[in-house]
Amino acid sequence: MDIIVCVKQVPGTANVEVDPVTGVLKRDGHAGKLNPYDLFALEAAFRIRELSPEPEKVRIRTLSMGPGQAEASLLETVYMGADSAYLVSDRKFAGSDVQATSYTLSRAVMKTGPFDLIICGKQTTDGDTAQVGPELAEQLGIEHAANVTEAEPEEDGIRVTVNMDDVIMIQKMRYPCLITIDKDANTPRLPSYRRKLACGSGAVTVWTASDLDIDLKRCGLEGSPTRVEKIFPPESRCDREISEGSGDELAGELCSWLRERKFL
Amino acid sequence: MYNCVSERDAEYLRSAVSPERVLFRGDIAPDYGHDELGGITSMPDILVKVTSADEISEVMKYASGRNLPVVVRGSGTGLVGGSVALHGGIMLETVLMNRILELDEENLTVTVQPGVLLMDLAAYCEEHGLLYPPDPGEKSATIGGNISTNAGGMRAVKYGVTRDYVRGLTVVLADGSVQKLGGKIVKNSTGYSLMNLMIGSEGTLGIIAEAVLKLVPLPQVTKSLLVPFGSAEDGISAVPGIIKSRASLTAIEFFERDTVLFAEDYLGKKFPDTRSPAYLLLTVDGSDAAYVDSELDHVAQLCLDLGACDAYLVDTDERKESVWKARGAFLEAIKASTTEMDECDVVVPRSRVADFIKYTHSVAAELGIRIPSFGHAGDGNLHIYICRDDLPSDVWKKKLGKAFDLMYEKAGSMGGTVSGEHGIGFAKMEYMERACGSRQTQIMEGIKKAFDPAGILNPGKLFRPWTDQNE
Repeated sequence: MDIIVCVKQVPGTANVEVDPVTGVLKRDGHAGKLNPYDLFALEAAFRIRELSPEPEKVRIRTLSMGPGQAEASLLETVYMGADSAYLVSDRKFAGSDVQATSYTLSRAVMKTGPFDLIICGKQTTDGDTAQVGPELAEQLGIEHAANVTEAEPEEDGIRVTVNMDDVIMIQKMRYPCLITIDKDANTPRLPSYRRKLACGSGAVTVWTASDLDIDLKRCGLEGSPTRVEKIFPPESRCDREISEGSGDELAGELCSWLRERKFL
Repeated sequence: MYNCVSERDAEYLRSAVSPERVLFRGDIAPDYGHDELGGITSMPDILVKVTSADEISEVMKYASGRNLPVVVRGSGTGLVGGSVALHGGIMLETVLMNRILELDEENLTVTVQPGVLLMDLAAYCEEHGLLYPPDPGEKSATIGGNISTNAGGMRAVKYGVTRDYVRGLTVVLADGSVQKLGGKIVKNSTGYSLMNLMIGSEGTLGIIAEAVLKLVPLPQVTKSLLVPFGSAEDGISAVPGIIKSRASLTAIEFFERDTVLFAEDYLGKKFPDTRSPAYLLLTVDGSDAAYVDSELDHVAQLCLDLGACDAYLVDTDERKESVWKARGAFLEAIKASTTEMDECDVVVPRSRVADFIKYTHSVAAELGIRIPSFGHAGDGNLHIYICRDDLPSDVWKKKLGKAFDLMYEKAGSMGGTVSGEHGIGFAKMEYMERACGSRQTQIMEGIKKAFDPAGILNPGKLFRPWTDQNE
């Protein structure tokens, strides 16, 4: 079985400033980190491997599109347990929106070889669209399920629990398919120093545009129909919590709130 | 003996302080009768929610004139009954004195009222690029309480304890006089350090009304390693080697899998790894990422050489949260795992931590009781919990007494002492007297008498009941 986990490197801090003139995120000076949502996707892949009848036959590869420094995040996926990692990096891909990104990723997926399952994080902490996963499935012409909270391998597919906000849907999907994992679906494991020691140089395969069978008109800024007019930080304000419910429910909620803060 | 409190005392205090902030007997919530673990319950007669040094002074003048006992209380998160009004009387609650008064960036100090919560101070300092290093697990404790017990916490290996960060105190003495001790000064060779006597005095010498605290620049990078070991013995035995390597660590924490599993149940959240029987949690901080990374690599390799199964990197906010949140909940988690428990906050030389932990295992086996533990292995301070579980009360109390006797005696024989950071309060008096001996206890009593001749401040704490001695 082959699983591909798509990951992205995002700014390492939640307090990224926005340049008031250009409206672009100021990424300089901040180390990158693996998108926190992708950690849940990775952990889901590792668990599927562990639950499989023959874990040694489950190969997990990770894939990312991004600048050269994203290699560090891909190395981290190997330290966590991925078997191999691929970075698609070329200035021609700069400025990609979700459509161009998912197209480029779909070409890279094909290049990595046959697969059964693709797992993505639900969204990223910088772009926040939650669209790349489902669009990647569309580009590849495979089924997908978003907001998955549980994933369990079965004989010829996967059984997933999907958080639809109002309802929980349990569905079975046949391979090949794509799922995006919801936040807090699991507790991601940590990168291992032993795996780092065992991992020699060249653990991450880097591809440029010329390595892929790709239509460059559909990549980067040129292939992106979306135009970002302006990015600005939300106005800061005091936190408020409004609760609704019966008197008893509200009393219980207030009591736990006060207890949590040691007022009771 | 103290005078009996009457409604007239409450009336006077209402007029001197505020009608709304003085509560009398039945109006006082039961929570004011206990702390989080001290094993004793006793209600104050009058609760005064003070807002200033002047109010504290007014109350003390009155209490002193009337010979009424006075106990000061912060958030009530103590573990040894230190803030319980054993003799009733007046309780001064400081939580309304929760203002951060001044940040002095030229002297790198912050001046706070005693009711400021540790977590609020930490967040405030961080916002200003500074660090208040003491880091006790109980973040909702007040700074006044931290100073009163000389609280330590998880960063003591590198930064030291609360005492190392107190520069000055404004205290109200038993007679109501207000004294300033120390100040925004780095050096001080001016006679006995009354300020240092106040630190750790658990409300028996005076009442802290204001504190000037020393700050340090906020480290730009902080990362940890979660290091699994094949056995508790392997894990704890690695600590002296790590210390000896001169690795510059901020924290060296030790815990066992059972404790992690309790924390998982308590928080309803899984820990990143529970496959190994024991873990060390090591932290490095610094201003430079390359330095921190290289130090972490060095420590990780060292741990492998010392028998660790692996070393897992805890570097991002999310990873830190998943590990440190559980670490912060250990006490409450163990508490939730049993019917009743008591703790031993013993401290031993760091080179003896492994021997002491092994000894607690043998005590548990000998007495047939469960004694989970965790602790600040890097500074020799261990938190050991004697759990009652299904034992009948009388059997448990007997075993508890025996376990305490054995463990405190062992700690003493190793060059350790009774309390590392939780204090003596009511619960550990007997053991302090044994550990310090009669001569030192006499000197401490002399100090107490010099500060508080009538013995009205927090009676029945640190030493055997003050009133008994008066009688």
